Amino acid sequence: VTATETRIVTRRLHDRPDDSWTLDGALASGAYDAWRGVLAAADPAGVQEQVKLSGLRGRGGAGFPTAQKWSFLPAGVYPRYLVVNADEGEPSTFKDRMLLERDPHQLLEGVAIAAYAIGCNLAFVYVRGEFALGYERLVRARDDAVAKGLLGRDVLGSGFDLEVVVHRGAGAYICGEETALIESLEGERGMPRIRPPFPAIEGLYAKPTVVNNVETLSTLPHIVRMGGEEYAKLGVGRSTGTRIFSVSGHVRRPGNYEVELGMSFRDLIDGIAGGVREDRAVKFFIPGGASSQWLTGRDEHLDAPLDMDFVQQTFGVMLGSGAVMVYDETTDPLLVAWRLAKFFAHESCGKCTPCREGTGWIEKVLYRLAHGLGRPDDLDLLLDVGDNISPGLDAPFTQTTICPLGPSAVSAVVSLHKYFRDDVLARAGAAV
Amino acid sequence: MFDDARLARAREIVAAYPRPRSAILPLAHLAQDQDGWLTPEAITEIAGLVGVTAAEVQGTVSFYTMFKRRPCGRLVVSVCTNVTCLVVGGPEILEHLETRYADDDDVTVEEVECIAACGGAPAMQVNYEYHERLTPQLADDVVDAYKRGALRARTVSGSAV
Repeated sequence: VTATETRIVTRRLHDRPDDSWTLDGALASGAYDAWRGVLAAADPAGVQEQVKLSGLRGRGGAGFPTAQKWSFLPAGVYPRYLVVNADEGEPSTFKDRMLLERDPHQLLEGVAIAAYAIGCNLAFVYVRGEFALGYERLVRARDDAVAKGLLGRDVLGSGFDLEVVVHRGAGAYICGEETALIESLEGERGMPRIRPPFPAIEGLYAKPTVVNNVETLSTLPHIVRMGGEEYAKLGVGRSTGTRIFSVSGHVRRPGNYEVELGMSFRDLIDGIAGGVREDRAVKFFIPGGASSQWLTGRDEHLDAPLDMDFVQQTFGVMLGSGAVMVYDETTDPLLVAWRLAKFFAHESCGKCTPCREGTGWIEKVLYRLAHGLGRPDDLDLLLDVGDNISPGLDAPFTQTTICPLGPSAVSAVVSLHKYFRDDVLARAGAAV
Repeated sequence: MFDDARLARAREIVAAYPRPRSAILPLAHLAQDQDGWLTPEAITEIAGLVGVTAAEVQGTVSFYTMFKRRPCGRLVVSVCTNVTCLVVGGPEILEHLETRYADDDDVTVEEVECIAACGGAPAMQVNYEYHERLTPQLADDVVDAYKRGALRARTVSGSAV
């Protein structure tokens, strides 16, 4: 299988492996050119229009159209804030960490362009606490950009002010959920807020707020440079452009790969990531981070395109955060499901009862099933608990909880039920 | 209590936010950088700096796994066992290090959730510095290198020193 990457957002970090994160290295490869152009044109609405034409959808997980998210800000209400979600925690996702560590100026340029487009003078970057190096390099990049007049007061003599505060989290997956992130940034426990009001109306400090992901913002300089229409020629359907996929597990070459949307999972896994080690078969894979339902080694799954809408409508899975975990035929799906359940039980913030209690139940029942202690009706019990969190148990998710963490914990249960039901029943019965 | 330099830094941090309370997490990191864990005295001092009660600071910081509210080793070894590391040897590394350093006050070994190093799994962090493509022996060598001073450790909150 031949397949190649399309490097746009990952261009600089590949071209300049020794200094892509420094101001000199970034400036020598075109950083802030788009930002200078935006300031010179002095047309914020024009930037919004280009982003709309590009079809750009959020790269954090939900895939919401970026320009539409911006458009919800109420006219004439200031101050308004831009908050960058750099709290990457979705298991097996490692693209934003790479962008922070190896191209922080690209992110800052995207922040500047977005802030200018929406009329914001104070932006916050919420960096996952564990990203020590990424935080360090982003702070340095911010300071260097301010010293160069590219950020800060009266940017490049334009009269536009933009202050960027780099904030460190402290270890909580839930803070990747945008309202929990806002709570955390306000110095609270990171628990999601009930919507409405949506952050665009009442977000950080009860002011209009846009929360955008690192990769989303890192794409903006390229949309400005290429033009929205040109960018939209890449990709497929409503999944325009490129995305960075974090491929991991039993593949020969795990890593981050930027590919044009529309490529098949097979091309990504076999062509780019080198295929499954020791020429084994794919037993199953998780196509969009731990929160997604699973797919299997069947041709119809492997040949499916990286198209957010197609995979959602056809298989009820999501491209989510762009993490693709590949498991070969030696893998015990019950063990993987249990470990995912343990993760969600640990990370449930405890605000909503169905999630707080349900994730614990799912973890305990999957533990005993995976460890030879299962009971015959355990699968039914799991589905019943899951149904209390996500009634109907299928995509598009319904939920009895404020945020999607609870339903995410049900994805593995539904996947076991769909693809490994007989195995699970056999394991449950044999152990009685 | 914050030393003079850190106290000045703490005041700058508070001033960077529209509301002082936003500085709780950054100040808690700053305190851990200095003390090696988050002491009750630091919690009280942070409360004073941001204008809330110590109970409110305690309520916030207790939500976050990076804050050590009791003394820990000067080296915090965070071993990932999430679903990529799970299938390539993460749990074996955790078990090995837990046994090896069970009685070593310098080293706190903890099991953590995904640390976004799946391209180099199995992975761990030592004071938030990444170490990837490990085996139990390699992991042991890394921790030992920090203990001997051959590798320079960040603070327990991950700040460069």
